[in-house]
Amino acid sequence: MVTTLDSVDVVTVGVGWTGGIIAAECAKEGLSVVGLERGRERGTEDFSIVHDEYRYAIRYELMQDLSKETITFRNSRQQRALPMRQMGSFLLGEGLGGSGTHWNGQNWRFLPYDFQIKTMTDEKYGANKLPPEYTIQDWGITYDELEPYFDRFEKTAGISGEDNNPFWGQRSSPYPTPPMKKTPLLQRFETAATNLGLSPFMMPSANLSEAYENPDGQQINACQYCGFCERFGCEYGAKTSPEITVVPTARETGNYEIKFNANVVEVMKEGDRVTGVRYYDTETFEEFIQPANVVVLTSYMLNNAKLLMVSQIGEQYDPETGQGTLGKNYAYQILPGASGFFDEQMNTFMGAGALGMTVDDFNGDSFDHADLDFIHGASLSMTQTGLRPILHNPIPPDTPSWGADFKRASIENYTRTLNVGGQGASMPHRDNYMSLDSTYKDIYGVPLLQLTYNFTDQDRALHSYLTERAGEIMQEMGATTVVAGSPISDYDIVPYQTTHNTGGTIMGADPATSVVNNFLQHWDAENLFVIGAGNFAHNGGYNPTGTVGALAYRCAEGIIRYSREGGSLV
Amino acid sequence: MAKKEKNFSRRDFLKTSGIATGALIGGGIIGGLIGANTNQQNAGSTSAPGTPEESMGAPGGVRGLTFFKNNAEFEILNQATERIFPEDDLGPGAIGLGVAYFIDQQLAGSYGENSKEYMQAPFYEGESTQGYQSRLKRNEMFRQGIQLMQQESQSRFNANFVDLDGGQMDEILTAFQEDEIQMKGTTSLFFFRLLRQATLEGAYADPIYGGNHNMDGWRMKSFPGHQAAYINEIDSEDFVEIEPQSLGMEH
Repeated sequence: MVTTLDSVDVVTVGVGWTGGIIAAECAKEGLSVVGLERGRERGTEDFSIVHDEYRYAIRYELMQDLSKETITFRNSRQQRALPMRQMGSFLLGEGLGGSGTHWNGQNWRFLPYDFQIKTMTDEKYGANKLPPEYTIQDWGITYDELEPYFDRFEKTAGISGEDNNPFWGQRSSPYPTPPMKKTPLLQRFETAATNLGLSPFMMPSANLSEAYENPDGQQINACQYCGFCERFGCEYGAKTSPEITVVPTARETGNYEIKFNANVVEVMKEGDRVTGVRYYDTETFEEFIQPANVVVLTSYMLNNAKLLMVSQIGEQYDPETGQGTLGKNYAYQILPGASGFFDEQMNTFMGAGALGMTVDDFNGDSFDHADLDFIHGASLSMTQTGLRPILHNPIPPDTPSWGADFKRASIENYTRTLNVGGQGASMPHRDNYMSLDSTYKDIYGVPLLQLTYNFTDQDRALHSYLTERAGEIMQEMGATTVVAGSPISDYDIVPYQTTHNTGGTIMGADPATSVVNNFLQHWDAENLFVIGAGNFAHNGGYNPTGTVGALAYRCAEGIIRYSREGGSLV
Repeated sequence: MAKKEKNFSRRDFLKTSGIATGALIGGGIIGGLIGANTNQQNAGSTSAPGTPEESMGAPGGVRGLTFFKNNAEFEILNQATERIFPEDDLGPGAIGLGVAYFIDQQLAGSYGENSKEYMQAPFYEGESTQGYQSRLKRNEMFRQGIQLMQQESQSRFNANFVDLDGGQMDEILTAFQEDEIQMKGTTSLFFFRLLRQATLEGAYADPIYGGNHNMDGWRMKSFPGHQAAYINEIDSEDFVEIEPQSLGMEH
């Protein structure tokens, strides 16, 4: 039996950054908003014993329970897709705040180049710079159009940073708070990068350098550099997260309600409009329909795509024909880098998730690609995030992976190793996409999302070039031994790499090549909005959250306008 | 070597370990147990750098088995983890840190039961890039792997695993690592990686989980455990030594 609830103005599926931003903005405008969150309520008070590497970083306390739902994966269409039975390559969040609770807080604006990558690449290098199977396209919006929304998100989050990177787009205002501490370890990077003629700057951080009150009146505290950010929640309320900013802002209006343990399984559609969503109470398995004037998909990008697929909204992408847009342009990230082994002990266990310095000299189109067989690049950073002992056992090459020599080397080098790492852009490829699995199901009987993905020649070339650059910086930093990252071959879903998955519900100017318009309004259903890194038509050389936050603010503006005027927003 | 001698040695060992796991308390416990194994260099002592604090990882002052059903199995695990993370001049190894107790407890709980893993059929072998595809739960894998270590020891050396010398134990562990041992439902390489990872987890997890005895894993590694803040130290040009602290010490 299905219980149909009272209709609301707006329902969001998931309550992380995007669901929280939509809720805050719409509720402030007087719209009634319900957030459906399949996880639990949680907040700063739940993180007083969070300095527990085993529970949070190894056993994934804050992450999705895969026994209920996962995805299936294969490297190519020739393989049989099999379930991701345990988490590895990326970590899916769950619960209030979503991934915005367990993130590191590295907060970027994608480059102007990213939003017009096709046009700018063609203009500078000709239309054949990449072979045709690379399906890059412009995003249907420019950096300048998105700038006010970047500014808005940074002010909500209180981002700490400095505007001295020559490769960024124009900013309408400075960072809300000054950069974090430039520690002795970061100074080493700064000196080395400067010596090499590069332009280092402090990484924009959502671990705040000082206490800050945001425009909504929410207080964010000052970071204490405890070294437990990524995979953890912040016990100080100093790592900006949805549950300490936009969620309370929305709740204070009296127009917002969050229903926990509510797992949405279908977006309900009639004609060219959606009518609401169907969900299960995860504790009782009771079934509910939440009708709404506007439905907003604000869960992780994998789940957003899956919900559209199981609800049969939009045309599924077919890699054979190139037809269809849903599931198209899945991209990931490429991680070049180099480790350096030093003689002296360093305070590597101290830190914060976004404490770092970066160079963008090899990101976007900051450098000439005319003689290179790839486009785009990577931000190269040295972060001091706080290394923890279970996951960090650095050993020089040719050291055994266990036994006496391993023990000695891993203990000695734990405090004597630094890394320069890149977040490499990932270009979409015809063969990399998402669809529905025909064999495996979640506990509600809904098919799992199927991921078909492998690294490409572009990725391998980018990785190789950027790894050399990272090695040069590490050499200049004075490491006694520099170990460059191994060349990449096939994508492997087992080791952790990054939770920066993108694409599948891409935005654009043309319904033939995108799922949503540049207000993230679905082309096939004007009262349906889809937000997240799934909107990215390719993945850039940074963490995605800053750009996702900007898109969410733009989407909120669109929903408010739509609620008054109706119709297509573009 | 005569079979009879080996049998005697095994009985002696079981007797010793039975006492140790049941009754002894604190830092000396496992060292006493290992004294029975005359081939294990350095394994008899749990002395560590720094001053031992009160007994960590032994709530109520007792320790026991929650997954393994006999000490023979447990002792194989104990010795295998010690080979992976041995005692040396830096400090205790897996035995001194109580790693096998940590693993035993984990195997009895959600880790061992794969309760947060997708375990629905059908099961197919798949490519290595597709990851774990076994029907086996981790605790079933450990039980089988430990039985196979013993079997392998008998067939290679005609002796119990726990009576082998370190080099012989390493030979068997290496055979697992190089995927030379036939396992049902999984590969020996997969099991070996699981064992290695669990050993490191037991050495370095907060002592509230039963390993990292006396925080000596952290102490060796200069990791201070649970500290409220480094805001006053992070600007230091010099390395800062901080006495480690467990989450459990606040209670």
